[in-house]
Amino acid sequence: MTDFTQLQTALAENFHERISELHVIRGNELHFQISRGDALPLAKLLQADFKAELRLMVANDRRAAQGFYEIHYLFVNDHENWYAHATRHLSQADPLLDSMATFYYPASRFEREIHDQFGIEAMDHPDTRPLVSHAFWPADYFPLRKDSVPPENLSDNGRPFEFLAVGGEGVYEIPVGPVHAGVIEPGHFRFSVVGETVIDLKIRLYFTHKGTEKLFEGRDPADGVELAERISGDSTTGHAMAYCQALESLAGCEIPDRAKYLRVILLEMERLYNHIADFGAICNDTGFAAAQSHCFRIRERLLRLNKRLTGSRLLRGGIVPGGVGCDFPPGLNLAAELEDVLADFNEIVEISLENSMLTDRLDGAGYLTNKTAIDHGVLGYVARASGIDLDVRRDHPFAAYPRLQFKVAASQSGDVRARAQIRVDEVRESVGMIKQALAQLPAGNLTAPLGKLPAWQPAFGMVEGWRGAILHWVMLDESGKLYRVKVKDPSFANWPALSFALLKNIVPDFPLVNKSFNQSYSGNDL
Amino acid sequence: MNAYLLEIGQALLALLLAPGLVGFVRWLKARLQNRRGAPVWLPYFELRKLFGKEVVMSNNASWLFRVAPYIVFTSALAVTFLIPLLAAPLPFDNVGDLLVVVYLLLLGTFFLALAGLDPGTAFGGMGSSREMTVAALSEPTIALAIFGLALGAGSTNLGRIVTATLANPGVAISPGHLMAFAALFIVSLAETGRLPVDNPSTHLELTMIHEAMILEYSGRYLALIEWASWLKLVIFFTLLANLFIPWGLAATLTPVALAVAVLTLILKLVLLGLIVAVVETRIAKLRLFRVPELLGMSFVLALLAVTSSFLLK
Repeated sequence: MTDFTQLQTALAENFHERISELHVIRGNELHFQISRGDALPLAKLLQADFKAELRLMVANDRRAAQGFYEIHYLFVNDHENWYAHATRHLSQADPLLDSMATFYYPASRFEREIHDQFGIEAMDHPDTRPLVSHAFWPADYFPLRKDSVPPENLSDNGRPFEFLAVGGEGVYEIPVGPVHAGVIEPGHFRFSVVGETVIDLKIRLYFTHKGTEKLFEGRDPADGVELAERISGDSTTGHAMAYCQALESLAGCEIPDRAKYLRVILLEMERLYNHIADFGAICNDTGFAAAQSHCFRIRERLLRLNKRLTGSRLLRGGIVPGGVGCDFPPGLNLAAELEDVLADFNEIVEISLENSMLTDRLDGAGYLTNKTAIDHGVLGYVARASGIDLDVRRDHPFAAYPRLQFKVAASQSGDVRARAQIRVDEVRESVGMIKQALAQLPAGNLTAPLGKLPAWQPAFGMVEGWRGAILHWVMLDESGKLYRVKVKDPSFANWPALSFALLKNIVPDFPLVNKSFNQSYSGNDL
Repeated sequence: MNAYLLEIGQALLALLLAPGLVGFVRWLKARLQNRRGAPVWLPYFELRKLFGKEVVMSNNASWLFRVAPYIVFTSALAVTFLIPLLAAPLPFDNVGDLLVVVYLLLLGTFFLALAGLDPGTAFGGMGSSREMTVAALSEPTIALAIFGLALGAGSTNLGRIVTATLANPGVAISPGHLMAFAALFIVSLAETGRLPVDNPSTHLELTMIHEAMILEYSGRYLALIEWASWLKLVIFFTLLANLFIPWGLAATLTPVALAVAVLTLILKLVLLGLIVAVVETRIAKLRLFRVPELLGMSFVLALLAVTSSFLLK
């Protein structure tokens, strides 16, 4: 049980009666309502005195029943594992948000997202350009409003996006994408370059916007899993688990012990195949193709193991609300297989990192400073490589992680080498975790009944996916259907940091730096 | 008369061998990376495919864009008449010496760079500027490395260099020759767009040099440019093989001597292909700003080669 007394006292002292409906749910979540103008002082207070960061902003259209919009702010304390969940009601007549964009950069992006999807303006926001919406969205089309009707004719208005122009003698622009030479996801990158040196990079995403959050609405909670699994193909388990944890948290459901361990195994299997493939891809971008073909060979082996575990190479169907979808297959000696995989991978890592031509490319490239990383609220290996000690598995234990021994990988150097090394370290830890989970795997049920899901209550689930913390926020209506689901993939926080990591690097190093980030387009664009 | 037929024959042979050599290097690299690899003869099919495809051109492209592939191709083809592929001396030895060879190759590079700039795309310009940087640094090394040999033979005529080495086999392992070989090997990698300077198999448009320049080309134009760049690989391999280790070249135009010459040429190309494949598998691509250091080193090697040839003469 978290002791919220200090926080409650501080809130009362600073906000008096402006904060209402204070109540603690699930032991470590303090929920309350705030009033106009309180969001920014609250964020400042929580950051300065309570080390809690804003991790999520959710807008919710409750006009039909209540006549207002809700804005939810989720602040997370990673040191003492507690959450502050603030809610503000915005009148439907004049929905106006007080912006905290200048205080905390991720808030700026959340507010722009909310503006594009709900038409809620943020007062004094320094950047009024669209984030989610592209030129073919009509100006009055806000898709996440409950009463929005998709326009019949979506055509480009022909106005180019307002990129900030970089001028000066010898400065020129290189536009790249959204369609690339390789088979990768679409994104537009605009480099401002002097000679070969990048002085500015702007990233325009949301070319793969699929309306995922809208697709959740009206679904049966159990049917949301398959959608969550497809948010980003390489994070199937991460997203499914975050979503299911949100539901379980809402229902107060405790999943069986066996399921907890199996979830750890699935999540770490996902981390393994992605990290190993990434390491190979990073090497390949330096022209060292041998490492990639071997890493892809190992990845293939892991995918086949995934198929034996869940029937799906991408682990689909592994996680279900209340537990796991399939039992551990009989006759599979996963520990031995992974020992083998790890020995194989270690050899490739050794060969690669002893090649001085390769490490010369990795060292110092794409340097992301600790300050920039903190300012952007980056997550996952990008954060850990830049000296931010953050890992949901340790800070907000879920599944069977509290019962496993593991070290959180860390580095201070913030370059491509560090991000590659973090992956290598995490691969080793993951194999260790899976082996522990297999050794401790208890007998028992695979699922627990979810129980009754209360209506109109916010709940969330957070998981350390292979890219970083994945957050799902859910609310159900009284018919038991999903009313609003908000998804935050770590890519949402990490993409903007890439621009800063690239500064003063040369153009031909961009693919390498980008690969070391390897953020999801689909998970960001939703 | 027969000598002129031989000239035509060796040019045709170079044209025919070029796709196979590239296919062989690709296949070897794949094997070295534990991949199965595409068949060696795939580049022949690639050429046939490209010649059969329509040409798509940018609206901004000028006549230069259309002309450049022919210039690139013919300049490379012209070089195959001047270098000792099968026999030495050749009747065309008096038409062009090593300086002509070097600058014919540069002519192709120059027009390719112009063609890269012509449609006005970001990638073409980027590729051209990088290619010119590499060319400017590697071109002097090629000339200087062969000068190291010319100094010993007392002539810039490639045929005479070969005959001089054949007459006095000891010079093949003289320090001047060995250093010149190393220098020429390094610039060969740079000039033919191979690792560690350029990555011939990359799909990353921002890192490309040669590939970025020709990104706008398609159909028969692309076929000609590809063929010319493969031909360049044969040319550089031949210079490496036959100028430094000239044994096997036909001295008389008898069928037996020619057959031996063809076989030794193929054997030498295979050996060099093997070396390049192993080197490319072992090393990574250099950071672009380190490329001048490598080429600078090769230039120093070539300079040392000339100096030692001069001193030991």
